[in-house]
Amino acid sequence: MHGDAEVQLRGLFLRGLEGDAAAYHQFLQKLSAHLRAFLGKRLFGWPDEVEDLVQECLLAMHNQRHTYQSDQPLTAWVQAIARYKMIDLLRAKSVREALHDPLDDELAVFADSDTDAADARRDLAGLLDTLPDRQRLPIVHVKLQGLSVAETASATGMSESAVKVGIHRGLKALAARIRSSAR
Amino acid sequence: MKTDDLVALLAADAQPVPRNAATRRIALALLLGLPLAAVIMQTRFGVRSDLVQVMYWPMFWVKVLLPCLIAIAGFVVLQRLARPGVAVRGGWLGLALPVLMLWTLAFASYLLAPEAERAGMVWGQTWRTCSLNIALISLPVFVAAMVALKSLAPTRPALAGAGTGALAGAAAAAVYAFHCPELALPFLAIWYVAGMALPVVAGALLGPRVLRW
Repeated sequence: MHGDAEVQLRGLFLRGLEGDAAAYHQFLQKLSAHLRAFLGKRLFGWPDEVEDLVQECLLAMHNQRHTYQSDQPLTAWVQAIARYKMIDLLRAKSVREALHDPLDDELAVFADSDTDAADARRDLAGLLDTLPDRQRLPIVHVKLQGLSVAETASATGMSESAVKVGIHRGLKALAARIRSSAR
Repeated sequence: MKTDDLVALLAADAQPVPRNAATRRIALALLLGLPLAAVIMQTRFGVRSDLVQVMYWPMFWVKVLLPCLIAIAGFVVLQRLARPGVAVRGGWLGLALPVLMLWTLAFASYLLAPEAERAGMVWGQTWRTCSLNIALISLPVFVAAMVALKSLAPTRPALAGAGTGALAGAAAAAVYAFHCPELALPFLAIWYVAGMALPVVAGALLGPRVLRW
């Protein structure tokens, strides 16, 4: 199960890195389920934080996906980022000493998966509203209306490349806002 | 926002991603920083006037190549630290070995020298300024590599900052060797190493503040 997930997820991810949006979408869905289980086990004291952290990890992995090289197990990459983000959260809450579960234990990130998404506590949509229009509009159209890039371009009067750049920069900005909000 | 919505949104941004981004961005930082380091060395200190003759002395090449070895190891360590879940392993040895080698050779040459010459081998003419000069020359590569690292994903920011300092400090020491009038190994073992250590310490302190992502 564990090894299978690695092979399957890695295959989808590598295709995603080449620009295959369908494979990448599938990868992110499976990844979020694994992250939910992985983080849920470690943050059993704070179930509310789990979905926030799943989203933050997804955004971070998306924004930093150029740091994955195919000579490396995907598990190690995913786990290192999830752990980094989790420790960041725990440090911010200053409760590291209270955690009984050691952070460097052997629970593997792909061992289980939990597909039941709870609602995130942090309002990512609210943070989205603070972005400038050139980033917010492409994101809102692609996310809410499920429009394609070309459709978003004609709906907003932006060029297609401006829509792509807007989404790209907007996701980076969103990650930065998460970092500076609430923590 | 539901996680599924976020997933759909991220999938909409699935453009092809550059390969080996860590190696290429740090290399670019080095490529941009090194000429600036050379400019600082030339304008503030100047290449030594007898450079052509000095080039026939093995000691000159020790001063250039030893820091180059450290810089290469620093590069390898840094591009590994910039990628989540990648162990540095042998990279640490690559950083430590040239320094240990220098210290061993320096100690031997100190012991073998007549007592009257020993103080000169340690202090030279320029001990007051050498380390600070190297630290100053390290600035362009240091800043450029930090910027590169900010676009990557170091999960151990203090170490990554220290690695940035090692790369920048070692590159700076190699550049400074073109000015430096000193030729004794004990001098290098102390003041060059101290000059490289300054950016390492600065990086370790700055890393956790600057490199968060």
